[in-house]
Amino acid sequence: MFIYLEDTLITDPKLLYEKSYEIRRHNMKTIVKAKLGHTGGDLSVTDILTTLYFGVLNVDPSNPTDPERDRLILSKGHCSGAFYTILAYRGFFPVEMLDTYEQALSPLNGHPSNTKLPGIEASTGPLGHGLPFGVGTAIAAKMDKSPRRVFVITGDGELQEGSNWEAAMSAAHHKLDNLTVIIDRNGLQQGDYTEATNRLEPLADKWRAFGWEVVEVDGHDHAALLDLFQRVPLQKGKPTCVLAHTHKGQGVSFVKDQVGWHHRVMTQEELAQALVELGEVQA
Amino acid sequence: MSEKFDCRDAFGKALEELAASDERVVVVVNDSVGSSKLNAFKKAFPERVVNVGIAEQDLIGVSAGLANGGKRPFVSGASCFLTGRATEQIKVDLAYSHANVKVCGMSSGIAYGELGASHHSIEDIAWMRAIADMTIIVPADPVETYQAMHAIHKFDGPVFLRVSRYPVPVVHPEGYQFEIGKAVQLREGSDITIIANGTMVTVALQGAELLAQQGIQARVLNLATVRPIDQQAILKAASETKGIITIEEATTSGSMGGAVAEVVVQNQPVPMRLLGFPGVFMPTGSVSFLFDYFGLNPAGIEKAAFELLGR
Ligand SMILES: Cc1ncc(C[n+]2csc(CCOP(=O)(O)OP(=O)(O)O)c2C)c(N)n1
Ligand SMILES: [Mg+2]
Repeated sequence: MFIYLEDTLITDPKLLYEKSYEIRRHNMKTIVKAKLGHTGGDLSVTDILTTLYFGVLNVDPSNPTDPERDRLILSKGHCSGAFYTILAYRGFFPVEMLDTYEQALSPLNGHPSNTKLPGIEASTGPLGHGLPFGVGTAIAAKMDKSPRRVFVITGDGELQEGSNWEAAMSAAHHKLDNLTVIIDRNGLQQGDYTEATNRLEPLADKWRAFGWEVVEVDGHDHAALLDLFQRVPLQKGKPTCVLAHTHKGQGVSFVKDQVGWHHRVMTQEELAQALVELGEVQA
Repeated sequence: MSEKFDCRDAFGKALEELAASDERVVVVVNDSVGSSKLNAFKKAFPERVVNVGIAEQDLIGVSAGLANGGKRPFVSGASCFLTGRATEQIKVDLAYSHANVKVCGMSSGIAYGELGASHHSIEDIAWMRAIADMTIIVPADPVETYQAMHAIHKFDGPVFLRVSRYPVPVVHPEGYQFEIGKAVQLREGSDITIIANGTMVTVALQGAELLAQQGIQARVLNLATVRPIDQQAILKAASETKGIITIEEATTSGSMGGAVAEVVVQNQPVPMRLLGFPGVFMPTGSVSFLFDYFGLNPAGIEKAAFELLGR
């Protein structure tokens, strides 16, 4: 039976903030240990993911396939480092497993796969898969007359993939007010700024024109994110698009907003500095 | 054979030369300038780079249009996304339309190692091979990559060039001349034949060395062009040696090994062993870990040879 898990959720934004920095620290250590990972994008999406998993989503780590669970689809699957850290801290698998990130035969593959770990809805990594998947599972929820909600997180560069716009059109057509897309609008993609590569603006207008209810938010403001995610859908009969303004590399000064940090890995010295900036208490 | 090279460097160098000598040459990328090692190219020819962003279907369509407009497009991006996301565009816009576009798949095979099956491109050869009129080339080293670039520039029609990032030594002798459609024999032998391409040519040569220590003389062919396939070299091997091992960094379903088997089984049947990835999604692991895990190493070749020779 469907059990509503509100009791287990954190509703104090300050605690969510602290949690997200604890997760950042662990994540950065994991990446440096593995010598692989997406440093910038992980730091960009951590506050959104932390708020959802610890403050919003109706998911039960002890019953991860509960049909009535909310669905979270991380379409920007290259940010597996942040994703796995949050899933582990939320209890989907032991935190110690993070030590096996990208190691031989580990289920913690470079990109998340639903066949390898509990709590993962969709195998992602190739960009532009999450939103169509989200539309499908949102339609299924409507068919079931279920109150479960669907959240899809995409990158902004990712929106250059046409599949997103095909899905955006069908989501509005099907009046999927149970579907929310959160765009990690950090302005950067792999090799350059989004606006220097293939311009996205005016992005909010595009989503509005596709029939979505659009809201803009500071993607690092836990209070604002929490309030917003608790309230969606904002408009009956319309899917919600959250344009989350973020910084790639948020929390680490020398990574923040830098083109070169898409998948650069910190040196030991850089990690030491990053951990101080991320609030690690020095012994 | 000790120094190793990332073939993307030879690719970039050849492209710069081609752009310098032929003003029609343009590069079309999907946010893949860095991952294609084209930063120097972009610096030298900024106006000759068309970056469509992260949009592979658009990428191939735009390339077909550029060719229609008199340009000579070289498309470059991660092979998994190019050949996977845009398969139908490649089929219709390029092959069916005989567009003069060169599709250069970077970091092919399992070069992305730990990034996992979604980023591996082990299906690309089979996918491209199923499309009529696609010429398919899988160079083994920087020398061959460089020469293949010049050869496909001269060639009229769509080509899939498969480039790895996994470091390989030079396997070709001084004075080697790559020719589209021609297999090249890198080692003589009359007991069995090992046919390889791409990163596996080095492994094939090491395997042949191991077999020689057991008194087995293995012929080694580099079958860089998978289509059009060198029937003559394959049938010669089938008639002059007792069996054929193919080895490649690709799925064993429908890739180079399958192409060789199609020739062999219809003309001169001999026992074969197809080495590659056997139709499974790979576990997490580095490239070298996965090569060993699936027996793509000299020991794997030895085992296959023993099976073929009944040892
Ligand atoms: C279909 C596809 N093409 C290319 C890539 C390679 N790639 C991985 S991440 C990335 C940039 C993504 O940028 P964005 O969506 O803005 O993500 P973020 O800035 O949050 O890291 C690219 C091009 C991919 N994963 N999938
Ligand atoms: Mg971005």
